[in-house]
Amino acid sequence: MANHVSPRSSFMNNPVVKWIDHRLPVFTFMNHELNEYPTPKNLNYWWNFGSLSGVMLVIMIVSGIVLAMHYTPHVDHAFNSVERIMRDVNYGWLIRYIHANGASMFFIVVYIHIFRGLYYGSYKPPREVLWWLGVIILLLMMATAFMGYVLPWGQMSFWGATVITNLFSAIPLVGESIVTWLWGGFSVGNPTLNRFFALHYLLPFVIVGAVMLHLVALHRFGSNNPLGIDANGPQDKIPFHPYYTIKDMFGFAVFFIVYAIFVFYAPNYLGHPDNYIPADPLVTPPHIVPEWYFLPFYAILRAIPNKLLGVIAMFSSILILFVLPWLDTSRVRSGRFRPVFKWFFWIFVVVCLALGWAGSQPPEGLALIVSRVGTIWYFLHFLVILPLLGWFERPLPLPRSISEPVLGGGRVAAGTAAKSMEKA
Amino acid sequence: MATPIQSAPSDIAAHGEVKRRDFLYLAAGAFSAVGAAAALWPFIHSLNPSADVLALASIEVDLSPIQPGQRITVSWRGKPVFIDHRTPEAIEAARNVNLADLPDPQPDQARVKKPEWLVLIGVCTHLGCVPLGQGATDNRGDFGGWFCPCHGSHYDTSGRIRKGPAPLNLAVPEYTFLNDTTIRIG
Repeated sequence: MANHVSPRSSFMNNPVVKWIDHRLPVFTFMNHELNEYPTPKNLNYWWNFGSLSGVMLVIMIVSGIVLAMHYTPHVDHAFNSVERIMRDVNYGWLIRYIHANGASMFFIVVYIHIFRGLYYGSYKPPREVLWWLGVIILLLMMATAFMGYVLPWGQMSFWGATVITNLFSAIPLVGESIVTWLWGGFSVGNPTLNRFFALHYLLPFVIVGAVMLHLVALHRFGSNNPLGIDANGPQDKIPFHPYYTIKDMFGFAVFFIVYAIFVFYAPNYLGHPDNYIPADPLVTPPHIVPEWYFLPFYAILRAIPNKLLGVIAMFSSILILFVLPWLDTSRVRSGRFRPVFKWFFWIFVVVCLALGWAGSQPPEGLALIVSRVGTIWYFLHFLVILPLLGWFERPLPLPRSISEPVLGGGRVAAGTAAKSMEKA
Repeated sequence: MATPIQSAPSDIAAHGEVKRRDFLYLAAGAFSAVGAAAALWPFIHSLNPSADVLALASIEVDLSPIQPGQRITVSWRGKPVFIDHRTPEAIEAARNVNLADLPDPQPDQARVKKPEWLVLIGVCTHLGCVPLGQGATDNRGDFGGWFCPCHGSHYDTSGRIRKGPAPLNLAVPEYTFLNDTTIRIG
């Protein structure tokens, strides 16, 4: 890969940098992972969403720390302290809207990132652990987002906390005791709010740790690519900087426009007005729904008319991702060369969206039917369709190299392809 | 072996000439630097006093119940404000001083609006402790004013530093007489 070490920047030749780097090789590490890092040269824009997720994590931590400086985690003061942030703190409205909408943006970006992985087979060998770490990050994000939503102590906060913690009461024998333990009392109350605040502050840093492991695992074998084939050699890769830094930054700019539209023009569009009513432990709002990013899972929970089975189905819908690398029996990674899988992939996307819609509706009539059919299909996709497709599907012929589809020129050996590139 | 990698587009002086690409590079860099600074400002400004804190930034004090020789403490912006209804002797002592001897020379007349009313921020100018002297039995130091027990600063009956490590006189807050017996501080 010698020819792919991008020109060592003058930064790395700075004597102070060299002195420190000799003793603590952070600069070598960063240069290696963020500058030289050899990346397949055919990544499309769907590969922007990983770094976008990283940017969102940073934005959430920065805005969250500032909000924590103004927030009071006490049942008597939490709601008012959030209102004070909105009215009295300088730019408090902006920082809170950045954080609240940031949660939605973070999930959008991460969901796209996940579906990118599903389509291009990024979970297949040798990237199974990379995929696991991603699922762990998703679970941590869900826990963090849920506890963060409780902090403003509005009606949705309170009843969301009550419903979600009560999921654990479905566990036979010890369920009730576990719920009491989670609450620190006999209902959601001040001890619950205090521990949720502590954990909401802690978990993002756990996510940072998991993200670092995710990157270590990613850089072990390098990024997957839209063709899903391994690079034949250095001629199939380019250094991360400047090629993908600039591409990522263009993506950031586009993404920030969308984000800003929500923050400045529709800051409460993704929220729920009931959460501007202070928490009342004596009255449940008539129609409670979680935030949009939980709706598909909420639909699965409600699709099953049995408390324990509903909870099991809901958790299984995420945990099943851990065994996905073994459920998908096809040896072709990219959906681009799997004509039948491609159809089932898009059906699966539609099913997830339909489950999201069903989760937002009261559990009756059409919504209930959609959530039941959707739940069955969701598990059918992983447990039956993917294992069978690997056997019955006839994939399209794979290109011999990453360069070949771009350069054309028929079936040539990798070395020859590289030489022809030199001329081009 | 193969593909020659183009050098990063950032080497301005590589050939000693400025190219269009250098201009684009600098313009984009400057634009994002300004954008980043603009994005950072709300976060920094959010740590400044908020509207509800600023709303409590002035108070009114009724002086009529304070007897000559009596000192009271009120809270203003989270700090103690000393109000001293000075006796003629205390005023005399404050004015009968050779200014050249003071560490922070300031005539008593410049520190009061009415000679009998001395208004001070009760925070030692050394390191921020609250000096003794408000209570009738407190140690008032060697000059009959205030004494800071933390590091031994002595203030006189005009609140001026006379002895000890403090560099400046006790500060006089901004205040106005609304009428003969009411002041507004702040």
